[in-house]
Amino acid sequence: MLPSDATGPASPAAADDPGVDAPLATAAESDAARRARAALAGVAPEPGAAKPDPILTAAGIRRAFGGIVAVDVERVEVQRGSITALIGPNGAGKTTFFNLLTGFDKPDTGTWSFDGKDMAGVAPHRMAARGMVRTFQLTKSLTKLPVIENMKLGATGQKGEKWWNGLIPGTWKQQEAEIEARADQLLQRFKLDHMRDEYAGALSGGQRKLLEMARALMTDPTLVMLDEPMAGVNPALKQSLNAHVKGLRDEGMTVLFVEHDMDMVHDISDWVIVMAEGRVIAEGTPDDISSNPAVIDAYLGMHQGRSLLEDL
Amino acid sequence: MDIGAVLETAILQFIGFNACYYAIAAIGLNVQFGYAGLLNFGQAGFMAAGAYGLGQTVQIFEISLWWGLLIGIGYATFLGLLMGVPTLRLRSDYLAIVTIASAEIVRLVVRSVKFRGQFGGTDGLTGFARAYQQVGVDLGLDLAGQYGFWIFTFSGRNLWNLIVGWTLVAIFGTIVWLLMRSPWGRVLKAIREDEDAVRSLGKNVYSYKMQALILGGVIGSFAGMMLALGNATVQPDNFSRDLTFFVLTGLVLGGVAKVTGSIVGPMLFWFIYSFLDSFLRQLIDKPVRIGDFTLIQSTDVGVVVFMIMGVLLVLLMVYRPQGLFGNRKEMAFEGR
Repeated sequence: MLPSDATGPASPAAADDPGVDAPLATAAESDAARRARAALAGVAPEPGAAKPDPILTAAGIRRAFGGIVAVDVERVEVQRGSITALIGPNGAGKTTFFNLLTGFDKPDTGTWSFDGKDMAGVAPHRMAARGMVRTFQLTKSLTKLPVIENMKLGATGQKGEKWWNGLIPGTWKQQEAEIEARADQLLQRFKLDHMRDEYAGALSGGQRKLLEMARALMTDPTLVMLDEPMAGVNPALKQSLNAHVKGLRDEGMTVLFVEHDMDMVHDISDWVIVMAEGRVIAEGTPDDISSNPAVIDAYLGMHQGRSLLEDL
Repeated sequence: MDIGAVLETAILQFIGFNACYYAIAAIGLNVQFGYAGLLNFGQAGFMAAGAYGLGQTVQIFEISLWWGLLIGIGYATFLGLLMGVPTLRLRSDYLAIVTIASAEIVRLVVRSVKFRGQFGGTDGLTGFARAYQQVGVDLGLDLAGQYGFWIFTFSGRNLWNLIVGWTLVAIFGTIVWLLMRSPWGRVLKAIREDEDAVRSLGKNVYSYKMQALILGGVIGSFAGMMLALGNATVQPDNFSRDLTFFVLTGLVLGGVAKVTGSIVGPMLFWFIYSFLDSFLRQLIDKPVRIGDFTLIQSTDVGVVVFMIMGVLLVLLMVYRPQGLFGNRKEMAFEGR
């Protein structure tokens, strides 16, 4: 955990927080949630709004594929310690925007900074060491590695990942044991401990989503970027995923996620950014967004005049 | 028919010099292909790099043979960089194309008239192995003598080659085994499956792929050095495409991503090859005719053996795709 964490307990002990897996309906709002919402209460609900303590700031990001402008974002800020949702219709450029921020794709123009440091041109493999980790829309669990190996892969700064150290087990055995203990803790928290030694290929689709999220946490991130964490997950598991995402914020992490599931968005996010045709068309709290005519027009045109949640 | 003699020939090949330097090459190829998923179709090029590095010392540079170890490793590293720098950022198919072409370029360069002064042209290089053989003599081996074990007899020279060769197999086998149990090996296996996932977890995928390519290539160069020392000569046409694909066949036979597979596979390759060859030669000592049509005669055996081996390889892929020692469970999951 990086010392810059503004809120919440940052020790692995927090992994055992009993509130993390509590059913949503009865979950009391945590301190972290209250803090995040209070900080965002004064922010104007408009595209590009400045946040009191942004962890991620992007400006002038533009990416075109041939003649099609996939992303053209003037300004986006993500508040530290909050859960921010990125929504928008298919083809709005959400995943492309994600890829640009995480270095998996390069923008034609634009700058962005994370934790005050310029991130333009930083290779994707350097993001994790800086505290920024992402998951993928199509789950990338490594099916031919056992679950525990998947987890251990996530730890950064491993001595044994240098080949000359790899030859001498004495140089990495102790660190490996520490990593394994941390991995086991996370597996327990995500209720995957019974699958520990199975190949990840033996997991169900939902369990793979959980594994990918747990593996991402092995990098000790300050910002977790989830690309459609709910895609293809059954309703029961959605509840627990929801709780896990909230748990991240309660531990002081910042979460930015792409999602289509409006239930989830409304339930867990502190702030919502709406994209359409590559642009940010609206920002605000979930309640602001449900009543924003621009959003209803662009994203939910056919539901005009009804609650955002009514049909879902 | 003397099936005993057939088996004896086959068993000799099972533990013989060919199996031995194939095994070294396959251990290296396994690092690239088996663990890191890099399609290297140019292992013969790395072997040539090692063999020529060694061969050049005495005849061309007029220095001690042992510098050849460093020169060979240097050549193999350079070749790995040359192949890897432009291709490792691209999809793996490109590496396959580049490696197969590079190995051919290496072979054509070393056999060319233009570089006769450096690589000896089609004659190759000779006269460098004396220092190597002297070590055997110093250790008390009579290189001109005969050594009998059980039902086999080895010449002293052959025995020395086998001792050195299998020692190298043991050394490289242990190195790769250690590496693949380490976090380094874990990163490699993860890259084999999904590069982007590994990248998102903060690993420099490009660097790991390069390390795997060069490590496998350097091990391959030792196979070439062994071949050069064993034959006491380096011939450019030893390093043809056939060599790469025979080594690959041996590896697949044994089972990829397993150290035991990469060692026993090439041994079995030579066992099966030699068994079929001497079996068919005994079976078809005179032409088999149907009326006027000659179905098969002894000069066809060489070709028929490879046809049968091809069929066996296909059957292996269908019924046991993981090879003899591979992990079926590991192979069973598709990269979803």
